[in-house]
Amino acid sequence: MTAATEFGAPPRDAREGRRPWLRWTLVGAATLAMLYGAFFLYQITQPLFGAILLALAAGFAVVFGPDRFYGSRFIFPGVAAVLIFIAFPVAYTIWLGFTNYSSFNLLSYERTIEVLTSRGTVNPETEQPFAVARDGDGYRIWLPESELLSEPVLLTAEEETVTLAPGAAPAELLSPRDAIALRTGLQSLTLTTPEEVDLRNAGLRTFASVTPDYVRTGEDELTRAADGQVLTANHETGFFETPEGERVPPGWRVAVGFDNFERIFESKGIRGPMVSIFAWTVAFAGLSVLGCFALGLTLAVILQWEHLRFKTAYRILLILPYAVPAFISILVFRGLFNQNFGEINLILEAIFGLRPAWFTDGFLARVMILIVNIWLGYPYMMLLAMGFLQSVPQDHKKAAALEGASSLRVFFTITLPQIIPPFLPLLIAAFAFNFNNLVLILLLTRGGPDIPGTVIPAGETDILASFTYRLAFQDTGQQFGLAGAITLLIFLVVAAISYANYVAMRRAASKRAAK
Amino acid sequence: MIVERPRDLRLKKIAAHGFMLVFLALILFPFFMVVSISFREGNFATGALWPENPTLEHWYLAFGLDYTREDGTVVTPPYPVLLWMWNSVKIGLIAAFGVLALATISAYAFSRIRIRGKQGLLDGLFLIQMFPTTLALVAIFAIFDALGEVSPMLGINSHTALVLVYLSQITLHIWTIKGYFDSIDTSLDKAAEIDGATPWQTFRHVFLPLAVPIMSVVFVLAFIFIINDYPIASVLIRSENQMTLAVGSRLYLNEFKYLWGDFAAAAILSGLPITVVFLIAQRYLVSGLSEGAVKG
Repeated sequence: MTAATEFGAPPRDAREGRRPWLRWTLVGAATLAMLYGAFFLYQITQPLFGAILLALAAGFAVVFGPDRFYGSRFIFPGVAAVLIFIAFPVAYTIWLGFTNYSSFNLLSYERTIEVLTSRGTVNPETEQPFAVARDGDGYRIWLPESELLSEPVLLTAEEETVTLAPGAAPAELLSPRDAIALRTGLQSLTLTTPEEVDLRNAGLRTFASVTPDYVRTGEDELTRAADGQVLTANHETGFFETPEGERVPPGWRVAVGFDNFERIFESKGIRGPMVSIFAWTVAFAGLSVLGCFALGLTLAVILQWEHLRFKTAYRILLILPYAVPAFISILVFRGLFNQNFGEINLILEAIFGLRPAWFTDGFLARVMILIVNIWLGYPYMMLLAMGFLQSVPQDHKKAAALEGASSLRVFFTITLPQIIPPFLPLLIAAFAFNFNNLVLILLLTRGGPDIPGTVIPAGETDILASFTYRLAFQDTGQQFGLAGAITLLIFLVVAAISYANYVAMRRAASKRAAK
Repeated sequence: MIVERPRDLRLKKIAAHGFMLVFLALILFPFFMVVSISFREGNFATGALWPENPTLEHWYLAFGLDYTREDGTVVTPPYPVLLWMWNSVKIGLIAAFGVLALATISAYAFSRIRIRGKQGLLDGLFLIQMFPTTLALVAIFAIFDALGEVSPMLGINSHTALVLVYLSQITLHIWTIKGYFDSIDTSLDKAAEIDGATPWQTFRHVFLPLAVPIMSVVFVLAFIFIINDYPIASVLIRSENQMTLAVGSRLYLNEFKYLWGDFAAAAILSGLPITVVFLIAQRYLVSGLSEGAVKG
């Protein structure tokens, strides 16, 4: 076998497609489009994403260009999708865990400088209203108080400087609303009066002389106009700082090494809740899988009983919780369990005079979550169990029963040991799924009730994944960096589970092959 | 099976049916309640489990129509449920189709085409598949925040971004379809090769028609997964009109604006079609699931 067929290349006569030029044009055009995107991303200071797109373009051109890699064409789209949408985000999240990315350090360094230098103080004495008049393709600015009219300007987003000269009011002025629509152009415009004073747009309706608060005086250096202090960029904290160490927000994103991890492991306010959240996550996933498995298996065994009638009807009704979209059922439970308006408490109060605080008592909230999750998950286990039960040979059971074993004993000594091995990979997968069951927690409790006395909001029912979600996207100021660090810890757990599943699956597969 | 005494058997039967009925009553309770609530007046529990004065108000609102009460006040729909449904279905169909196309082609390659390092790639895929996309939410947010500067089409609050993220769930489906392709006799592709077909032609004219059943399973599975997603959509979608059902529905049970009755009607309206599709497809779904998962 030659090297070419080793790579799955087709026979020579089939290599040249019917319209090779068409293929080359398409491949070329797609590659160029991706290269342009990469260049654009690089320009807006996102070199990392640019590089990814560049790699994608290169890979695409190589695989789809020469015929040598014919076989790889089939795999390329799938592998590229997995790398870009799973592997890269995972790696990028881990990287963010080593940065201070948060609402305080949101921007890139260049953007931070832009933001700071564009801040200015308006001199109220020079502030005056303005109007805009159309002039051919461009516009003129009219300042009625000082009766000055500008040279024509285009009012694009580019920086422009034009001079003002005394003049008569233009005949037709744009309405204020049309003038506001031009504000991007107006904001980048500088008007120079005959007295050489620079006026800039100071609000929606006025121009004034504006002194910038910060002037860039050197590499990594800004001077504050108010007190003449020199601010230096501190690339370790991601802030401009005065000599005394006072930080001037906003900051930019910098790598902070293991700082986030130190916070997790050393700050008591974080470590305490983290430990309890981790324990609950494992308990939640374990109990959910166990509960669903036990319930599903029991129901499957009953449904398999030969003397039972109406099997199909029972089966359909039992599957219903699995068939209804989960987000709807979860929200329905959220309403039913509601402390004051919920139907469950209505019934409990009528019968037992109880009104459990499902959402404010930590223990009850956890019980509620388990009830809902088992309700959601048992049909899947039941369906799987019904399949596996059928593969258990009947004669084994018969033999045991003839020996006088009770049906319970037959189940635990014959049936169960036979269905556990093929079930194991699926149980592990279910555990991994519940370990990160964000939908359930976010829709049902949002992690609440909160654990008292913590530095960051952490709830009694928070699992690790929902805890990170809240850190990153809710109430606490978008602590992306810290969230990334915690995600890395979750990844380690998931990787361990994933590997266990891999091993269990290999075993199940080899057992099958041996049969 | 074994000879059982008729009396014992009868007792057992009664016990089994009794257990089933009680269990079903418990399990199906939420469904009865939701139907009842959707016809009940107002948005709070009134003390009766069955509506005393049934009203269609919540149903009018769910369909996006104004409702005039008997006292003449006009109630307007709180949220655009039908628009959310359309968003969900649109995104679900497009993304599920993309997932299906990518997964089928990759599965064919993994099953039939000789590529160096294939086993390594397969093992890698299996391990990666265990990492849910929801874990990389922070990165996904950062990525699309940046891409939004290239074009708002790709940024936060766009459906394109959501579809792209949902493409990431192909890994599991590659396995499912590959298991199916592996079970197809190799003499088929040998015959095609002898007739001079390229691998692409073999795929297009031999494998694709054979794979229609498993492909429909994967399509439905992918579609349902996408419709059910909450975390990704909640991070990427901001404005009310762009929301999917899962993100929007949550607005109903806000602590400050608790619309229990309106939610019930909207939930039935949007949940019913998906439930029916699922019940029709479930027989194939489960066999596809367990086989795809166990075949290494």
